[in-house]
This record gives sequence, structure tokens and C-alpha cells, in this order.
Amino acid sequence: MSSRFINPAINAVPPSAIRRFFDIAATMKDAISLGVGEPDFITPFPVRNSAIDSLLDGETQYTANAGILPLREEIARYLSDRFDVSYDPASEVLVTVGASEAIDIALRSLVQPGDEVLIPEPCYISYQACALFAGGVPVAVSTRAEHQFELLAEDLQAKITPRSRVLILSYPSNPTGAVMPDHQLQAIADLAIKHDLFVICDEIYAELCYEGFHQRSIASFPGMRERTMIVSGFSKAFAMTGFRLGYLCAPLEVVKACSRIHQYTIMCASRQSQVAAYHALKQGRESGYAEVQKMRESYDRRRRLMLSAFENLGLDCFEPKGAFYTFPSIKKTGLSSEAFCERLLKEQRVVCVPGNAFGASGEGHIRCCYATATDKLLQAFDRIKVFLSTL
Amino acid sequence: MNDKHRQVLDLLNEDTRIPLERMAVMLGMDLKEVAEIIDTLEKDRVILCYRPVINWDKTERKLVEAMIEVKVTPQRDFGFDAIAKRINSFEEVRSLYLMSGTYDLLIQVTAPSLKELAQFVSDRLSPLETVTGTSTSFVLKRYKQDGVVFDMPDEDRRLTISP
Repeated sequence: MSSRFINPAINAVPPSAIRRFFDIAATMKDAISLGVGEPDFITPFPVRNSAIDSLLDGETQYTANAGILPLREEIARYLSDRFDVSYDPASEVLVTVGASEAIDIALRSLVQPGDEVLIPEPCYISYQACALFAGGVPVAVSTRAEHQFELLAEDLQAKITPRSRVLILSYPSNPTGAVMPDHQLQAIADLAIKHDLFVICDEIYAELCYEGFHQRSIASFPGMRERTMIVSGFSKAFAMTGFRLGYLCAPLEVVKACSRIHQYTIMCASRQSQVAAYHALKQGRESGYAEVQKMRESYDRRRRLMLSAFENLGLDCFEPKGAFYTFPSIKKTGLSSEAFCERLLKEQRVVCVPGNAFGASGEGHIRCCYATATDKLLQAFDRIKVFLSTL
Repeated sequence: MNDKHRQVLDLLNEDTRIPLERMAVMLGMDLKEVAEIIDTLEKDRVILCYRPVINWDKTERKLVEAMIEVKVTPQRDFGFDAIAKRINSFEEVRSLYLMSGTYDLLIQVTAPSLKELAQFVSDRLSPLETVTGTSTSFVLKRYKQDGVVFDMPDEDRRLTISP
């Protein structure tokens, strides 16, 4: 009845395909979920405690729009130490409500109606929606398993038009776990410079790399800093999803534009989350990021376990070297991603996310998260084995 | 001890029954290497034994458990080692630690009944000539032991599916 009040532009953005599976899974008892997108660690105690202390001290007021300065200073120092990029904490760092807000306000700041936003797929589900909300035209650039889901320069080049304005780069990748080696990043950087593209670089999983790989930031390549925004946050590496804290770093003019939207729509991120994030970075720096290393090591073991299990089950899976997902192919079963996941859930009570939820090029794959207790993973593999035997 | 040894210990400390094959997969080592590391750790007595954590309250076997703080006079040339060795030999003693602070030794003791535990203290422990005092506290309930929480399985608070 009230639908006439709704802006048609909102209805033009379809609801996330993940939602439907959530509703089915919610009705099932003893389902094992490989469908989560967050760590299975709780936030380290000293970090939680810093938020409690902040509350007890009566720190219940707004903060500066950009976030508390000590946190912005730690963020700048962290990025400089770990990723060799330099930002002025006073003017080039903006603390946001999760990396999600950063992506939203970045696109709204950069995109004019009709501008094309280049989005390598499969990818995190928000990019396309945020590009549409910003009035942009999302342009998918497919990445493929045979190229380890790296973004190839020739594939990007083929999608560039005079209306191309922004490229969203997100490695290590959710959902594929792919990383981008330096030589591929250099080729992308060359294209961005040649076609005057701005790059939003979502580095939320940058700390979670394995097999000795280090994910370099494209912002650290010559000529890229002026056209790059780094988006990141505390959810993944610091196991702080519920704190909803992220940040963006970019040249002054871009941060100013994003701040304009942020100050009117958000005002500031939660003060307690900011305090907790400050302590996470400070303690990380002082301990050589021991907690991050501990979690990374634990994910890596389960990554290997899952890859080995899929190999034994005969599911093709390229070796992901980042994030905490595998993205095996289910093409040989003859089922679509959605049919596979729906039947697996209904028949064997294992939750996976269909690959097409992350873009059309994810079809034929499923996303499986290994940030789950080992015994649960082993049970899930047993159930998937039974399921595959019935096909 | 190198990093690989530490990683093997980490996995065994989570689950002593983990199959060698799974350890090899999870640590990116070959089976032979894992077996050799475990062998070395056992030979060097880094790994002393493999035992489950049991909630005895859920079994027929009822035991009384106590922590006993003991003050002792250290012996010339032997320090606390001689008395520790003596106390170790009592089968009631489950754990024995040399402590900093107001007392010297902490003993974890189990016995079939309160009476037998009291007898242990009065007849066997207290008469030792270097023991100058004891203070016994009974365990009323175990909430956590060796990192394992009793009766309160960790629930996964995460959404079943998230992007």
C-alpha cells in the first residue's frame, strides 16, 4: 500500500541473494555454517577492556567528525609501518562506521550521475549497490579461477570507456581469497594513470595473507597516491566486526569531500569503538602484532585443511592466499551455485554462499569460510561428501 | 625447539587425538616430518603424556579435591627439590608447584573422601620434618581446567550468513 512512497531508484537495486539463504538457514537446527563473513575469535580482552574503561570514565560524548586524533595518528603510523604509505593524520584520515560507510561516502563523493564504476567480480556485495545508490553505473570486470581471480589489465582495459571514473580494487578478495601480486598491480596502476581513474582500494583483509605473501597497496606505486583511497577497518584482522569501525585515507581534497557527507549523515563513529581501535593498533604495534599473527596462523591451518578436504572430495579449488574464504568450483556437479547451496543446506544442513551472490562471474562456485572451529569444519566436510555422493 | 616444534605443540595442545595426517595438512609439512618432531618432543620430555580433561562430576567416581598451601624450610644444598621429590611420591598428589608469595609449595590433592584427604594432611604431609605449616582449601566446583570450560560450551554468536 505504501510502496508508492518508495523511491524507484531503491527498488532498482535488488536485495542481496545472501538474505534468502539466511532465512532458510534460520529455520534449521544443527546447521553448520561456512557462510559467515567474520572471524571466529572474539576481540582480544585488552581491546574490549579499553572500551569498558572509556565508558566507566564517562567518555560518552561526540568526537570530532574525523575521529579522535590519537586513533588517526595510530592509523597513519600503522599504514606507514605495514604498507609503506604515508598520510597526514590531521587531514588525510577519516574514521568511519566500518569500511562499509567509507565505501558508501567515497562513491558518493567521487561519482557523478552516469559515471562508470569499474568493479572486478566476483566481489563483496556492497560495491555494486553503493555505486547505484551514488547514481553511478556499475561495470563488472570478470576475474577467473584459471588466473587465480587476479584482475588482469587486459580485462580491465576492455571495460574502460570515456565515462569510466572509479575502479574498486579489493585484494585479498572476499569471496575468492585471491591476492594481487605486485606485477599485476603495476599493470593496473599503469592503466589507472593512463585513463585518469580514481582507485578505491578496499584493504580490509590486507593483514590476512598466507604462504609468505604480502599484499602491497596500490597507493604505494609511483603516481598512484594522488588517485587512490585506502579503505580499511578493524573487523577482520583485529576481530572487531561488531564495533563497526573503519577508516579511509586519501589525498586532502578527497577526504574533505567524504567528510562533508560524513559530518552531515553520521557525525562521528562510536567513541568507544574508536578508543578500542586505538588500543588495538597501539598494542599491536607494541607487541609486533602478536594477536594478529596468532589469528593468521590459526586461519592458515584451517585454510590448508579445507583445501585438502575439497581436493579429496574432487571439488576443484584454486589456492587462495588471503582472507578466510575458499571459492571452490561446483561446475562438475551440473548444478547452479544457488541450487547447489540450497540443496546442500536442505539435505545436509551445511550453509555455503552461492558464488553468484558476488556477481555473475561467481556462478559455478560457492564461498566457504574456514573461520570456524576445526571439528565443525570436519563435520561439514563429511556432510558435503554425503551430499556429493547423492548427486 | 624451533617454530615448527611450537606449531606442532599448539595443535596437540588443542586436541591430543588429532591424527598425524591432519596435522601434516594443517601445518603444510609432510607426515614424516611431523612424526619426527613429535618423536623428538617426546624424547626430550617436552611432551610428557597425552591425557583427557575429564569432568569427574559426571561419572560415578566421586573424588574430593583440595589445594594445600605448604610452608617448608628449604634444605641446605637441595633447596626445595628434596622435599618436592618426597611429596611427589605420594599418590594423592596430582600437582605440585613451587610458588612465590606467602607460602612455598602448592599441592593439588585428590582423595576418595574427606576423611582420607584429612588423613593425608595430618598423617603424611604435616609430619614431614621440613614442613612448618599447611593451609588446606577444598575445591567446591570446577569452572575451567587446562583452558577447558566445564558445562558451558562456547556458543557461536555470529550470524549464520553474513556478506
